[in-house]
Amino acid sequence: MDPVLDIQRLSIRYPGALAPAVRDVSFTLGRERLGIVGESGSGKSTVGRAIMRLLDTAEITADRMQFEEVDLLNAPEKQMLDVRGKRMSMILQDPKFSLNPIQRCGHQIAEAYRTHVRCSKAEAKARAIAMLEQVHIRDPERVYDLYPHEVSGGMGQRVMIAMMLLTSPDLVIADEPTSALDVTVRLQVLRILDGLVRDKGIGLIMISHDLNLVRAFCDRVLIMYAGRVVETLDARDLDNARHPYSRGLLAAQPRIGGSREPLPVLARQDSWLEPLEADA
Amino acid sequence: MKPISIDRLSISFGPVRVLHDVSFDVAAGECFGLVGESGSGKSTILRCASMLTNIWDGTVRIGDHDVRKMPLAERCRTVQMVFQDPYGSLHPRHSIRTALDEGLRINGFDDREARLAQAMRDVGLPVEFLDRYPHQLSGGQRQRVAIARALILEPDVLFLDEPTSALDVSVQAEVLNLLVRLQKEKGFTYLMVSHDLAVVDHMCDRFAIMQHGRIVEVLDRAAITGGGATQPYAKELIGASLEYERAI
Repeated sequence: MDPVLDIQRLSIRYPGALAPAVRDVSFTLGRERLGIVGESGSGKSTVGRAIMRLLDTAEITADRMQFEEVDLLNAPEKQMLDVRGKRMSMILQDPKFSLNPIQRCGHQIAEAYRTHVRCSKAEAKARAIAMLEQVHIRDPERVYDLYPHEVSGGMGQRVMIAMMLLTSPDLVIADEPTSALDVTVRLQVLRILDGLVRDKGIGLIMISHDLNLVRAFCDRVLIMYAGRVVETLDARDLDNARHPYSRGLLAAQPRIGGSREPLPVLARQDSWLEPLEADA
Repeated sequence: MKPISIDRLSISFGPVRVLHDVSFDVAAGECFGLVGESGSGKSTILRCASMLTNIWDGTVRIGDHDVRKMPLAERCRTVQMVFQDPYGSLHPRHSIRTALDEGLRINGFDDREARLAQAMRDVGLPVEFLDRYPHQLSGGQRQRVAIARALILEPDVLFLDEPTSALDVSVQAEVLNLLVRLQKEKGFTYLMVSHDLAVVDHMCDRFAIMQHGRIVEVLDRAAITGGGATQPYAKELIGASLEYERAI
């Protein structure tokens, strides 16, 4: 199958910055779940935003940046308006900030749908309610009429997921979708997202700093350090990562039932900026 | 080293009762964790016990003294707090020297220059960093400054409010190691709020699981892997964390 997204040698420099935030990042995405992990400032969110074409002041260069038949490097904004939110969408970190506080949850979902699909208000409402049910909200008619401050964080994030998946996009970028949630609801929200992504055959990019999360919910993982991809590997092989940075990140994580020895800390080295050569 | 004793602590914000008769004891030199979902009242306990709010009922004793009856200066030299977000807890227009020196000055400490340098060395920062501003430091370095500010008054008890949740795993490891080392060297009693059971397991001897402003259960560290929880919510929280981690 053709890849959903094909990125080759993507570099991004913010205006006025001395060094590029992202350097020579290449990957392709099929109908799979790809995790991008790294520390804050490693450029992982910047990559996601560049794909959505949300960085209008940054200087973006790439050999190739293709989303299905759309050339993301050269597509006019008019075309992007049609693509963004309909064929590719983004789930943000914190529903407290990403939902409009003065509009009812359901109204926001229906509005997102009606922006892209011509239909009556009643039909949009019916679809929004059906979608709320799909994200396991028990009483969707009631939640439709609630304001964002009246729902919990977990429910807010499910509203966000419903809004983003209602137009059946081919690509979803989830930028730290559960970092703002408690452990008890985190898994529940991830499972809902995971189930929908699999059922609908959506390509998912999961941006996260949490290695456990990408191990459990992704097929492949890119590890980013200082704006570069230093290692790409299958999520199930994460424990066998070879790059010293990846290994350092794994070791620094305290584990339940682990020893109480001092945690290994990263001794950063300039050589880490070189990506690992893939040898057989 | 001083123990902490919290007895029937309650607080309401308007009509909402946030804490319901919370009682627990922390032994001298122990690291005690508070875990639970957001809004369960973990941080509120710290804010009450440190007198950042004073509209609560109940008794909080540190060592032999009731925190309500301690004079302000004595209280500040007994209990200090490290906050969650080092980006928000340091004054952006105060140099590190100003931030650290303020407490020394107010409390009339002598030999301030030597104490400033010692505090920086204690948290593993170069002494030259005293003349930097927060924006010139990374997140982990800022949290070290926040810890230095807490320990420069030589307190007995440190309240840690999610001290590493705003930090990356790699930086979290450095800060946790620092906290463990300082506790060994200076014999602090820690009361630590966290939502991450792996961090609690790494740091704490015992911990309390909270829900809706009540303590559901107080457990030993061994109960996390040993299945020692008896209350349904405690089981659920530990189960979710273990499942989330998926690897031991």
